Amino acid sequence: MEDEKDHALPGFEAEAKDNSRRNFLKQSTLLTAIALTPGTAVKAAEMGVGEKIAEAFEKMPIKMEVNGVAHSLSVEPRATLLDILREQLDLTGTKKGCDHGQCGACTVHVDGHRVNSCLTLGVMASGKKITTIEGLAKGDDLHPMQEAFLKHDGFQCGYCTPGQIMSAVACIREGHANSEMEIREYMSGNICRCGAYPNIVNAIQEVKAGGQAV
Amino acid sequence: MMGTDITNDKPGLSRVDGRLKVTGKAKYAAEYDVKGLVYGVLVGSTVTKGSIKNIDTKKAEGAPGVLSVLTYLNAPKIPGYQTDSPPPKGPLKIFNNNQVYFNGQPIALVVADSFERALFAASLVNATYNVDTHQTDLKANIANGQIPGRGKDYLKGQEDAWKTAPIKIEQEYTIPTEVHNPMELHAIIARWDADDKVTVWDKTQGVKGTQRSIAQAFKLPPDNVQVNAPFVGGAFGAALRTWPHEIAAVLAAKAVGKPVKLVLSRADMFTSVGYRPYTWQKVGIGASADGKLAGITHEATGQTSVYEDFTEGVVNISQLMYACPNVNTRYKIVSLNVNVPTPMRGPGEATGAFALECAMDELSYQLNIDPIELRMRNYAETDPSNNKPYSSKFLSDAYKIGADKIGWTNRNQKPGAVTENGWLAGYGMAAGMFGAHRSSATVLARMMADGTLILQTAVTDIGPGTGTGMVTVAAETMGIPADKIRFDLGDSSLPPSPTQGGSQVMSTVGSAVHDACVALKEKFKALAGNGDATNYTQILKQQNLDKLEVTTASKGGEEQGKYSMYSWSVHFMKVLVHPATGVVKIDKAISVADAGTIISAKTARSQMIGGTIMGTGMALMEEAIIDHRYGRLVNNNFADYHVPVQADIPQVEAYFVNKPDLIINPIGAKGMGEIATVGVAAAVANAVYNATGKRVRDLPITPDKLLV
Repeated sequence: MEDEKDHALPGFEAEAKDNSRRNFLKQSTLLTAIALTPGTAVKAAEMGVGEKIAEAFEKMPIKMEVNGVAHSLSVEPRATLLDILREQLDLTGTKKGCDHGQCGACTVHVDGHRVNSCLTLGVMASGKKITTIEGLAKGDDLHPMQEAFLKHDGFQCGYCTPGQIMSAVACIREGHANSEMEIREYMSGNICRCGAYPNIVNAIQEVKAGGQAV
Repeated sequence: MMGTDITNDKPGLSRVDGRLKVTGKAKYAAEYDVKGLVYGVLVGSTVTKGSIKNIDTKKAEGAPGVLSVLTYLNAPKIPGYQTDSPPPKGPLKIFNNNQVYFNGQPIALVVADSFERALFAASLVNATYNVDTHQTDLKANIANGQIPGRGKDYLKGQEDAWKTAPIKIEQEYTIPTEVHNPMELHAIIARWDADDKVTVWDKTQGVKGTQRSIAQAFKLPPDNVQVNAPFVGGAFGAALRTWPHEIAAVLAAKAVGKPVKLVLSRADMFTSVGYRPYTWQKVGIGASADGKLAGITHEATGQTSVYEDFTEGVVNISQLMYACPNVNTRYKIVSLNVNVPTPMRGPGEATGAFALECAMDELSYQLNIDPIELRMRNYAETDPSNNKPYSSKFLSDAYKIGADKIGWTNRNQKPGAVTENGWLAGYGMAAGMFGAHRSSATVLARMMADGTLILQTAVTDIGPGTGTGMVTVAAETMGIPADKIRFDLGDSSLPPSPTQGGSQVMSTVGSAVHDACVALKEKFKALAGNGDATNYTQILKQQNLDKLEVTTASKGGEEQGKYSMYSWSVHFMKVLVHPATGVVKIDKAISVADAGTIISAKTARSQMIGGTIMGTGMALMEEAIIDHRYGRLVNNNFADYHVPVQADIPQVEAYFVNKPDLIINPIGAKGMGEIATVGVAAAVANAVYNATGKRVRDLPITPDKLLV
């Protein structure tokens, strides 16, 4: 969170530069009144007038760079990075396997580090650089890890694969791919129900031994 | 490090769809950008048995973005559910009435314009119930076991003959509920294209089966139901049938007039799409002092739901595996307030093999005969249940390969006698089998002017590499490079193919691809005259054709009745058990398959390894636990329901006998998906006994059971 200040939530930052802050404050004035009366919002919803108010309240502007492309988005604070990638940006390479940070299928890189995008709210990723599986290859040239997964058959159904590959790249970058046992330990957050584990280890070992930049 | 023998001289293709999978471009059911999509979230019952007294959906309906909340009170009637004389039992009819049969049963579907809004609104649905006393505990209800409708006890020779044998054992074995848990959550997008036409993108193992089920439910001509499933993120049996949530999504799409996406949560995956049922077994087995089997008695009782019976061939393996003059088996089911089970990888056999192959191991120690030797002394050269010859059986070859690769000669016949670096070390083995089925499939083969061969059939690929296998068959049959071949699948409008299940696809569809290619070659031959019949592009050019195609139906013939057809496997394990903590580590795992000709070595090896790993999960960790006071699962997530992860798994090695079975089909291949898992749990349990002298007969083998 080294650049926390630049990317604090709109409305709470000291030096807001654009209109989003003013808009947000306008909205929040209205909403403060609602919030102060518990049940009012629900009642408003029941009366059928809540939708517009709620929508104004619910959406937050965020900016993030995904695979080198800048996005300005309007998202609900409760929307996860995973759902934003899949449902708003149509980047469905990042997979939903549990929504609880227990399977690793949703692994992406945020500012170069692997994270479970299902445990990351979109607003937390504001101002960050996101890399998903779609951003790993350079045009038609696959990333060495993608090539190694193909060669070693590091998957069957392919559903956990994007998360495995993003995790595997980070595993080497972190310096946690120095032995078979270490790879197994540091790849244990990515479940593969088809059981491609030995092949995945072989793929990672080959990339590590190849010494290419990952 | 590994060294699958056949991969050395015939390594096999890398997956033909692999590039799409490693780049994130492979699209699974929930990933289609359908215009105007809205989102569904299910609400589950919080009680286990009873009826809905009142269901308050007002708050949810008023929540932002909500389009509809479907319950039994307001859901449009599903035409296929409305029958004058409904059968007493059958698939759960979603939103059909107020009855609650199990905890987590869907009682409402909230549809909203975003996933977040649907999920939030689902939390606002509030139901009250008339609660009845539930039963969810198989052990407590074992006395209520019933022989299922069409089932009957099996007897060959004398009943309970094992009891009079000089050497005998009788033991009980239990397996807990095991959940498929493919990584892809079950998901469906349903879009009505007209009043009587619907398209779905669905997680299914069989697009034709799903097409039929939806057509029946909504009383549509099957051709008006388009089912797409080009990629399926694992299934292992959990997508063999059409589940209530799929019907609900189609219903909701009609009700709101928009395409609906419904993705189950991981918790839903434990209560909505089946599981391998909790099963109790008892095996009595007796032999002469020289290890010739005298009798086997195998009883099993498995759980099912109250609304639908589920049965599987748990005890069949005892009728089929060994040459034994006297065998009797009995299979019962108990109806409980649980969701209905469904076949899971190696259905029946994986459960039965745990009991039989552990019992054989126990007998081997009583006899003081090596477990492989005991199996060889009772090796069945013909089918023991009907004396038919096998189409092929090379299990004895598999024993030899596996024993050699694991280093069986290092095994000490005395349990608990070997330590390595402070860990107890032990070896175990167990065999597996599964029917080598061949059903029917139709394949279109079309050669294009540019030399591209297009193959089409409505099969799916849940992971084994179906496309890769089919392209391999076609490349060999046509004599063209694999990269000139495209295999289209996962689309119900293509020529019919079976559901991917029961280890039949390579045999069935592979043969159909072969037959279609042979027919296409014949067509070229007729056109070629005296010219080169294999220069396809030249013939097309000469004939001024832009393509040449055939559609060929293919199925087995009279050999099907004459022979017994099975695939066989053996699993060898070396385990290390920590004496102070009871932790079991798989140190080395070797699996060997007699699955006929191995068509696609690279993917076959992965499938075999994957099945072995799934079996180690069954052996060591997997157990869905119900708190019987409430009838509710307590570990319906990946943090509490453990499946094998990297740290649990060593370098698993897979080997193949790789001898063709040309009786069963022209390509010589038998199925492999099930035998990869059948027998694994017993091999682990047997190795743990060899290491520790402790026999764990109730899975999973958790450390607590080794410390008592």
